[in-house]
Amino acid sequence: MVVWLGVLPFFLFALAFLFIPSSSLFIGSFQNEAGEFTLNNLFDLATPPIPESFIGSIEISTFTALFGGVFGFLLAYAVTLGGIPNWLRSPFMTFCGVASNFAGVPLAFAFISSIGRQGLVTRFLEDYLNLKIYDDYGFTLYGFVGLSLTYFYFQFPLMVLVMAPALEGLRREWREACENLGASGWQYWYYVALPILLPSLLGTMILLFGNAFGAYATAFALTNGRINLVTIQIGAQIRGDVLHNQNLGYAMALGMVVIMTVCLIGYSWLQRQTEKWIK
Amino acid sequence: MKRFSFWSWLWFILGVLYFFIPLYSTLDFSLRAKRGEIGFLAYTNAFSDPRFVDSFLYSNVMAVLTILISFLLVVPTAYWVNLRLPQLRSAIEFITLMPFVIPAIILVFGLIKTYSRPFEIFGLELFPALTSTSTSSVALLVAGYVVLSLPYVYRSVDNGLRAMDVRTLTEAAESLGANGFTILWSVIFPNLRTALFSGALLTFAIVVGELTLATFLGLPAFGPYLALLGNHKAYEPSALTIVSLALTWGAMGLIQLLTRGTAQTSGTH
Repeated sequence: MVVWLGVLPFFLFALAFLFIPSSSLFIGSFQNEAGEFTLNNLFDLATPPIPESFIGSIEISTFTALFGGVFGFLLAYAVTLGGIPNWLRSPFMTFCGVASNFAGVPLAFAFISSIGRQGLVTRFLEDYLNLKIYDDYGFTLYGFVGLSLTYFYFQFPLMVLVMAPALEGLRREWREACENLGASGWQYWYYVALPILLPSLLGTMILLFGNAFGAYATAFALTNGRINLVTIQIGAQIRGDVLHNQNLGYAMALGMVVIMTVCLIGYSWLQRQTEKWIK
Repeated sequence: MKRFSFWSWLWFILGVLYFFIPLYSTLDFSLRAKRGEIGFLAYTNAFSDPRFVDSFLYSNVMAVLTILISFLLVVPTAYWVNLRLPQLRSAIEFITLMPFVIPAIILVFGLIKTYSRPFEIFGLELFPALTSTSTSSVALLVAGYVVLSLPYVYRSVDNGLRAMDVRTLTEAAESLGANGFTILWSVIFPNLRTALFSGALLTFAIVVGELTLATFLGLPAFGPYLALLGNHKAYEPSALTIVSLALTWGAMGLIQLLTRGTAQTSGTH
């Protein structure tokens, strides 16, 4: 029995600050104002602006995960197998480790100073190329495209960090075997390398999805809360019960956690598929 | 593999441009507070605001508290699990992965729901609402930060423990008459230096600019201050962004040097 006392503080901490808070949200989403059991909160998730906020979050997470995944993969390829010299490669990898943690208010300011209305890039395009992206093209940093552009700043590096070791794990023998059998470079990638990398590629994209889906600080700092995402809605609900139903807020949180859990399960399943080939 | 590859260079250069331009723009912006001149006016303005000094110090104190508490919590637990309770490994790993499923905004929502009223079990009041005083709110904030940094701190400590022979070291210390505390303090901690240092720097980087938890718990930390400043000032926020970037990026760069590029990512987006 005494042996178990050693891990007691940790479990008590997890109970107090992880399990009780999250299960109280869980229970709250099945209660009405009077504390009685109900499923109404789950049905009420269908009232505007909740479905729109979930769709908004899913759209931006899918978009930044797909595009971030593809371009991140190309970057990872360039620095591992693509012939970028070593003296550029290691600072770049270090930079990725740093940039994947760069988020929140400072990230938002960095993008406002570059492609905000008075940003450096915005003014450059206006002065030298006569492109008025805000006035003539309807571009705005504070909407879907602008927020995606900002999210890429931590999505690309995360993809590079996870894919670079996987790309390095491709054995040279596989490529040589293909070449001996007369395969072209294209055939090697399409029939051998990509199928091996596919689970890890998809798994990492799921990771990127979850990364963007749970993001609050960056979106809030950039748009001042004027974009309809789940995290922003939950934030407004915590501030002042904008849904006029505390328990509906808990149900929204539950919906988010369900989506994040599905992501984590999908990710760890795909991760196990990868490990069959690449250790 | 040493041939020149057009596509690789193209992707690489595009990537570098994308990463570089926002940083350069911020720096450029922060130096132009005085019209037509390059200077440090925005920096001196930002530094002379007493709320900057207060909130920045406040966040640094929070970071130190978070680091201390998460070490006290994680190191003995991970050590004990490695040594005596390997059957608990997957349960603990599950717990340390939970912050990935529960983003900061959900965590703070749950904390507020649970602790913004007196905590009762079967009608018996154990303690009053934690959000009612600023001292107990600080406790909630630090607890939340410990949760957010749990995956990284646990992983780096666990990797550090696996890299040494915990059992042999413990037995050697025991046969020399050391008690449990001495073993942890003089044998295990020193051997975990690198792991702890990288865990500490990462926690520091997560905590100092953190917005979500601090905002909703209503505490005067640096993240909320910076966000507020962005609403009514143009140049000073860029200057502070450069400062906080230099600090956190310095910290992260150090980790990368120490751990030689093993990937770690945070959950405070």
